[in-house]
Amino acid sequence: MPEARIVSKDFASIDPKDIETYLERDGFQALTKAQQEMTPEDVIAEVKRSGLKGRGGAGFLCGAKWELARKVPGKEKYFICNAGEGEVGTFKDRFILEKNPFALVEGIALGAYAVGAKTAYIYLRAEYHYLRPGLSEALQQVKENGFLEDLELKVYEGAGSYICGEESALMESLEGKRGEARYKPPFPPIRGLWEKPTIINNVETIINVPQIILHGGDWFNQIGTEHSKGTKLFSISGDVERPGVYELVLGSPLKELVFDLALAEKVKMVQVGGASGRIIPRDMMDIPLSFETVLGSGAVIVFNEERDILDILYRNMEFFAEESCGKCTPCREGLEVVMEILERLVQADGEGGDLEALERISQTMTASSLCGLGLTAPVSILDSLKYFRKDFENRIRQSMFLRKIGRNIGFEKNLQPAARTNAA
Amino acid sequence: MGNLGPTVSISKKDQTELLALLKEAQDKDRQISRDFLAGVAQSLNISSSDAFGVASFYSFLSVRPLGRYVIRICKSLPCYLQQAPLIIDVVKQELGIHPGQTTADSKFTLELANCIGACDQAPAMLVNHILYGNLTPEKIIRILRSCA
Repeated sequence: MPEARIVSKDFASIDPKDIETYLERDGFQALTKAQQEMTPEDVIAEVKRSGLKGRGGAGFLCGAKWELARKVPGKEKYFICNAGEGEVGTFKDRFILEKNPFALVEGIALGAYAVGAKTAYIYLRAEYHYLRPGLSEALQQVKENGFLEDLELKVYEGAGSYICGEESALMESLEGKRGEARYKPPFPPIRGLWEKPTIINNVETIINVPQIILHGGDWFNQIGTEHSKGTKLFSISGDVERPGVYELVLGSPLKELVFDLALAEKVKMVQVGGASGRIIPRDMMDIPLSFETVLGSGAVIVFNEERDILDILYRNMEFFAEESCGKCTPCREGLEVVMEILERLVQADGEGGDLEALERISQTMTASSLCGLGLTAPVSILDSLKYFRKDFENRIRQSMFLRKIGRNIGFEKNLQPAARTNAA
Repeated sequence: MGNLGPTVSISKKDQTELLALLKEAQDKDRQISRDFLAGVAQSLNISSSDAFGVASFYSFLSVRPLGRYVIRICKSLPCYLQQAPLIIDVVKQELGIHPGQTTADSKFTLELANCIGACDQAPAMLVNHILYGNLTPEKIIRILRSCA
């Protein structure tokens, strides 16, 4: 399947500093159409018809979520654009914020209109502070052109935290608290920000909405596969010639992205969906990219044949251990133990039983963690044990041999213990 | 404290300002002091320990003094695969400090960051809020020496 452009269609043709260039390209026609010809229920029906699913990683049906919030009684409701893009290897939302902030604002206005929110926020991660002036300037231009008269739209900046991309932690952060995940239910569309009905959508999800309203849900619904409608932005990085953001129709084969577009060679495996994503070994690269198969946030990290699976896993788990909010025990403690085992394996100091322990802890975390972080952190461990079990077993045999001959060599050089960089 | 204004109508929504207030204080004083935390907690009608809990939760907030330039080198996998460890070594050598430390003249603080979303320009880093990508040892020394 070819590259296609819905989300990125105006990336090259508009000037993100000049709203006129966006207005010349259908800009704000969807919002005008919705406000003049459609009820909020019509907008929701159109988005439902499109089959649009969330682009942040969880893949929940956008229209269904909006309908939930719409139907909850009460006047005070909130709409939040999640620009807390922190999943490892993901930078597509940065492209949207940089290249077409106007379409994002139009999508937010449409979403707020649909659910009945009078206040909306863009939750921008602190790492993207440098995008804020451009975003604020775009917002100002939209206001001056009279497109935000019924909506107060504010930019709220985070302070450095991966977990704040998780919706309940994001709301805690927006309320000025530690970004710790909440117990669910209740879900945000019922009780969210300040306990009011709240919709939280990813940047890329939102930027699809103006096109859906303009061209109709049926048009969008024809693109993609049975359960994956539309296109997706993929952020590809790692061992590739041409890293970057590519937009593909959902259902396109992974190998097309990795080999034809990003020009990777001698691939050992690919991780799709960031640190929390699936591991796809070389011989499974025909797999289509879709909600039915693998997708996540659309991050694709490529590893060549020289990479050590244990080293990669160790770094993945180090990331989660540092970013876990620490509220629930399976995630907080599980990651510490997993790190301890992987650190020994990387240093060729493994023991019999390590693999079984990794498996058991991973399963416990997957079954009992509070939020997406702890639930998905072990995915790459379980996948690696499935596809690269020999590498683990060899390392344990090496460890035993080295201990037997009383030598301690080699692998520790690879390991650069990272200092915890959190403030306290 | 002064700039927080009168504490007339405190609602629980006022706490939404906390992150911004902490960042403002940190930009000014290069750290979030205990005195500031106590004052801001009082004005928002939350406990000092809650305020400290927030200040110590986020990686961009610091209750310890920072240098004028905070260097955050990304160590996540996409940067790691593109030689981030080499970049980290070069910066350690050039500045004579380890991650988590600040130079004696309070000019630089070195930190290691998790994914900063610049994987297409790996290896990458933030110096305060400016993004530098496609780093090489030569380039990074140039950048550090240009910090006034």
